[in-house]
Amino acid sequence: MTIDRVRTGATAATALVLLLASAACGGTTRGDAEDQAAPQATGQADPNAEIPAGLSVAFLPKQLNNPYFTVADAGGEAAVTEYAGEYREVGPSEATASSQVSYINTLSQQQTDVIVTAANDPNAICGALNQARQAGATVVTFDSDTDPACRDLFVNQASAEGIAQTQIELISEQIGGEGQIAILSATPNATNQNAWIELMEAELERPEYEGIELVTVAYGNDDDQDSFQETQGLLQSYPDLAGIVSPTTVGIAAAARYLSGSEYRGEVALTGLGTPNQMREYVEDGTVEAFALWNPEDLGYLAAWAGAALSAGQITGAEGETFTAGRLGEYEVGANGEVVLGPPTVFDADNIDDFDF
Amino acid sequence: MAEPTAPAAAPPAAPAANGRAATKVRRVRQVRELGILLALVLLVAVTAAANPRFLTAQSVRDLLLGATVLTILAVGQTIVIITRNVDLSVGSVLGLSAFATGSLFVAFPDLPVLVAVAAGTALGAVCGALNGALVAAARVPALVVTLGTLYVFRGVDHSWASGAQINAADLPDAFLGLSTATVLGVPVLAFAALAVVLAAGWYLGSYRSGRELYAIGSEPAAALLSGIPVGRRVFAAFVVNGALAGLAGVIYAARFGTVDATAGTGLELQVVAAAVVGGVAIFGGSGTVYGAALGAALLTTIGTSLAVLRINPFWQQAVVGLLILAAIGLDRLLAVRTARRLRGGAPRGA
Repeated sequence: MTIDRVRTGATAATALVLLLASAACGGTTRGDAEDQAAPQATGQADPNAEIPAGLSVAFLPKQLNNPYFTVADAGGEAAVTEYAGEYREVGPSEATASSQVSYINTLSQQQTDVIVTAANDPNAICGALNQARQAGATVVTFDSDTDPACRDLFVNQASAEGIAQTQIELISEQIGGEGQIAILSATPNATNQNAWIELMEAELERPEYEGIELVTVAYGNDDDQDSFQETQGLLQSYPDLAGIVSPTTVGIAAAARYLSGSEYRGEVALTGLGTPNQMREYVEDGTVEAFALWNPEDLGYLAAWAGAALSAGQITGAEGETFTAGRLGEYEVGANGEVVLGPPTVFDADNIDDFDF
Repeated sequence: MAEPTAPAAAPPAAPAANGRAATKVRRVRQVRELGILLALVLLVAVTAAANPRFLTAQSVRDLLLGATVLTILAVGQTIVIITRNVDLSVGSVLGLSAFATGSLFVAFPDLPVLVAVAAGTALGAVCGALNGALVAAARVPALVVTLGTLYVFRGVDHSWASGAQINAADLPDAFLGLSTATVLGVPVLAFAALAVVLAAGWYLGSYRSGRELYAIGSEPAAALLSGIPVGRRVFAAFVVNGALAGLAGVIYAARFGTVDATAGTGLELQVVAAAVVGGVAIFGGSGTVYGAALGAALLTTIGTSLAVLRINPFWQQAVVGLLILAAIGLDRLLAVRTARRLRGGAPRGA
């Protein structure tokens, strides 16, 4: 106990010194980030290294009590149990970067081996994470990345290409490969939405989709009322509309709610990105056939395995290395220390009841 | 189609009170409500000309349903604005009530719909009472008080929800059916909104305590001197407004089926805009709930029309803003003209 406390004190002192040091040279040159990132990839990877028993793994989500992260962390716990580590979940009650920092500091003082976190801000928790890494922790981000210089690996829920492909595939199946479709997006200047829309447009260029015409993109501003009105507008402006793709959870739920109570139910197909709980009613009543989203449980599971593989030395975080993530199989580290979970999971009447998030 | 186009024109600007009040002022007021009605009819006509499907039965139902929440909120807000106050917390009250209603159904799935409606309305009334007490008793300006409670109510909502979401699958079909039920092809909820408008309009126009709200807004000091219980009346106005915001929250939950802690964020400004566009003077003392209801119908119809006409989404908000400015400009112009006519026509007390 006493020794522990002394050690904790020493770590805190070290952390303080480091904090001062990093604060002193903070924001000096562009090269800084690269210098910091460099050491991680220099070690030798040993693909056969054993994951040590009792590896302490802490999950720090954006926010506790958020159903999405509750599911993701449960996946993490399952993975940690599989490799006989010690699992812990800590986190703030509100999704702010400042509250995450104090949790990171505590984890670092407790000599946690692996910290798996979803960043509330790409830069604000950087300092704390780097201190934790200096203290020996392995840092894996999932769901929301930090600056690549502050973590060892990022487990990405889905690549933009995968999201675009899945959605076009779904809508094509639902409208029989032919007809007019429209996209109901969030705000006109949402970065991720626009990236997906661009990729969906590119996807539609492929010969197997030549019967499908994307007539317009509408913006529901991630607001129920606006999404309702835009859906109504789409249906009135394009009488022959066969389907709507809404790659935003608010948009797809609002559009589904509107369709389910209108004369267009069953006539116009709807798909996109949504959560099973949100969409259950509409899948059951036949408004929506199938939609997609990554599986947060698998995301947490993969992140926990990635952290263990790093900590054990099976990988160093360099591009091209591979590791095995339990039941999900083998994964490869991509550019910038990113691991992509894979194509999104498709939910339909057959499997929707297996998910609760 | 078979549907008459009349329902799109929402509640008619029927004259509520007879005689007594200065006829000239009334005539001007009526003309103003007629102006909003005209704008609404024009908007519907232009949109329908561009796209005839705008007037199908489904579309008219959507228009009526779309306006219900904003109409009910605008009626409540008008009652408060008439007393020279404002309530900026209505969006948060709506959110709180919507989430409460949803949670109630999660806890008691067999709850009768009417009980849920009553509970949501009562919760709104409690929030309104808090606002009213702070404004009337503590004599703090309503703008400041309700700006504070806007965040307080939203904060309560957030900590209560703590990231959870009420989904359509959690709500009983009877409740969700509220928003799709129709009588003679007209949505039930539109009738509810119409009832609220008529009741409030009748009260404000014909009851002594209703007329006193106008007196308070025209000149609070004079109202106090003439024996009007200003504090009590203002308090009551806030309670009624809170209750209506609570009712709107219940309708919101029934209509959208998905409710999280952010429901209704930013709605307060739309509500104030609807009232102002409807000819309710922001400094109190004049305006009717009929005008406010028309303003709400106009604002929601603009939103739908712009979507139907496929106006560039980047422009939509700007167009709405321009319309509000035009309405306020008209308001000012008419006020100046009325004042001049009153000065010239009937020189009193000078």
